[in-house]
Amino acid sequence: MLSIKNLHAAVEGTPILRGINLEIKAGEVHAIMGPNGSGKSTLASVLAGREEYEVTEGEVIFQGKDLLEMAPEVRAREGVFLAFQYPVEIPGVSSTNFLRTALNQVREYRGQEPLDAVKFLTLMKEKMKLVEIDQKLLSRSLNEGFSGGEKKRNEIFQMAMLEPVLSILDETDSGLDIDALRIVSNGVNKLKSDKTATIVVTHYQRLLEYIVPDYVHVLYKGRIVKSGTKDLALELEEKGYDWIKEEVDSATAV
Amino acid sequence: MSTLTKQDPFQLLLESAPSSFAPIRSQAKEVYLGLGLPALKEEEYKFTPITKKLDGKIKDFSPAAPIAISKDVIQSAVFEGFEGDILVFSNGKFLPELSSQPEGLRITALSEMESTPLGSIAKPEKDTFSALNLSSFADGIFIGVPKKQQVAKPVLLLSFNQAHSGQVIQPRVWIEVGDFSEVTFIDQSISLTEDSYFVNKVVEIKGGQNSHVNYYRLQNESTNAIEVSNIQTDIFQDSRFTSVNLSLSGDMVRNNLTLNLLGSNSEGNMYGVYLLNGKTHVDNHTNVDHTLPHAESNELYKGILADQSRGVFNGKIFVRQDAQKTNAFQQNNNILLSEDAIVNTKPQLEIWADDVKCSHGCTVGQLDEEALFYLKARGIDKTTATGLLLYAFAGEVLEKIEEESFRSYAISLIQDRLGSKF
Repeated sequence: MLSIKNLHAAVEGTPILRGINLEIKAGEVHAIMGPNGSGKSTLASVLAGREEYEVTEGEVIFQGKDLLEMAPEVRAREGVFLAFQYPVEIPGVSSTNFLRTALNQVREYRGQEPLDAVKFLTLMKEKMKLVEIDQKLLSRSLNEGFSGGEKKRNEIFQMAMLEPVLSILDETDSGLDIDALRIVSNGVNKLKSDKTATIVVTHYQRLLEYIVPDYVHVLYKGRIVKSGTKDLALELEEKGYDWIKEEVDSATAV
Repeated sequence: MSTLTKQDPFQLLLESAPSSFAPIRSQAKEVYLGLGLPALKEEEYKFTPITKKLDGKIKDFSPAAPIAISKDVIQSAVFEGFEGDILVFSNGKFLPELSSQPEGLRITALSEMESTPLGSIAKPEKDTFSALNLSSFADGIFIGVPKKQQVAKPVLLLSFNQAHSGQVIQPRVWIEVGDFSEVTFIDQSISLTEDSYFVNKVVEIKGGQNSHVNYYRLQNESTNAIEVSNIQTDIFQDSRFTSVNLSLSGDMVRNNLTLNLLGSNSEGNMYGVYLLNGKTHVDNHTNVDHTLPHAESNELYKGILADQSRGVFNGKIFVRQDAQKTNAFQQNNNILLSEDAIVNTKPQLEIWADDVKCSHGCTVGQLDEEALFYLKARGIDKTTATGLLLYAFAGEVLEKIEEESFRSYAISLIQDRLGSKF
């Protein structure tokens, strides 16, 4: 589904990603871990099309199409969804209006009829249950005054509404208490299918107890330096990142 | 401008003044001739070179004669959903035969109401254009709302403006709202062509005790129209006045809005949106005068400026020594959509009382890129996303419009302009 080859990216001239290679198939969950500053969030942002990141080398093929050629909104319509690390508060834009606009643009792109108000509300109610989100929140301005946990839940709710093919969760777990983490993870798990894939970007192993990955990759200095199964995440939890840093740094020193 | 100051360009206009209100007019004329047109760097008109603009654009400084307006034109000009009475004006002249008679309201030509103390609210010495209007307006109307009258439906003041060679249109309105009365006015100007003309408008409003007056204004005129308006209001004890001003088009527009809170526990609200493109220049000069205790004023103006448009905001809050326990809030926020757009914003607070709550703030910025990316990342195209964000920005002001049909109309106008409907 997603094939990343030798991806290099820079922000304001500073290289952050230095040759990422990653193959993701439908039905898989990949965790991207790594110490702070290793490039995890950059990878998520580049895939979603954030404009401040400049891709300097490499390619990303998503379902046979060149992802890097697409504008952010086209990526979203093609089925890429980024759950933001810091969801943006947008005063004055109601969550409902926003989602309906988004959903209908996505549907139009996919050749589906736009949803009328009634059908939209029915769908919304159904998806709200998935992430146990309160309707009161959705009648407010988008993310405005939401707690950290509410914002993250709203991200997963949007994901449920837009039904992406590839979901990228950028540190969705950070700052969440156990209850919120459980709710968010349940939502993600219910949305998984053999036709979709998930990339979980996280600093901590904790999330992976709830969203169990098929593969775990460790990112360091802009490269994937180690890949393994969920056991690798446990090992990282136990030993930290230092041993990996040492391994990589001594190898490059030689 | 030299050509203008040497010989007054409005000579013809001054000479055309009718004989009504003769003593008031001649006093005003003296004031006008004493003040003259604003010099190039004159403080009050520092960012709005109106004299230069008039010199360049107005070819004929005589009064514009009223043009014939058909019922069809009126019908197509009235916005969808409007239910209420309509007062029709053509180049400032009130057309009673094409207007309806709002129930319970007294509507009379000013020329038949010679005892009206014109110029007592919009004092000629405060603004030269106000003096010019008072000395030379052709005729205007008196709108009286008796005491304890709740006017259920809004009154639409529908002004058609059209001049062939840039003539002068001088509307003059006197509104008197009795104690305990409530009324909503919608003041809408329409250009029938893209011709240039100069509107010099004065509206004086007196709101009695415990009265509630809404004055909504829509400026969507010819891109060649030059306009100066003085809308000045006196309100008394326990009363409330709310102005919402929407400026969408014009060449150079200067709005002087003054609110005198002359009673305790009175409330004055001044809201506005200016959504400008091309070379449109809109200047909102507001002035609120707190004279007695326990009064409140709220002010919020928001500007969205594209292309080479220019916005000016000057908000004066005056709190006199007796006006203890005053609450006065003012805010002006602007989004610039192009590198060539300019905003000059200036709060001006003069506070003589020592137990007051006053705040002011102004911002000038660009569209929030992070918010834009967030919307795009959900599949929303750039135009729609920009429209959503800009509408959200302006929406806070539009929500202040209580009259539902006008609010919906204002929202649809602004959404159309922002290029997206949702």
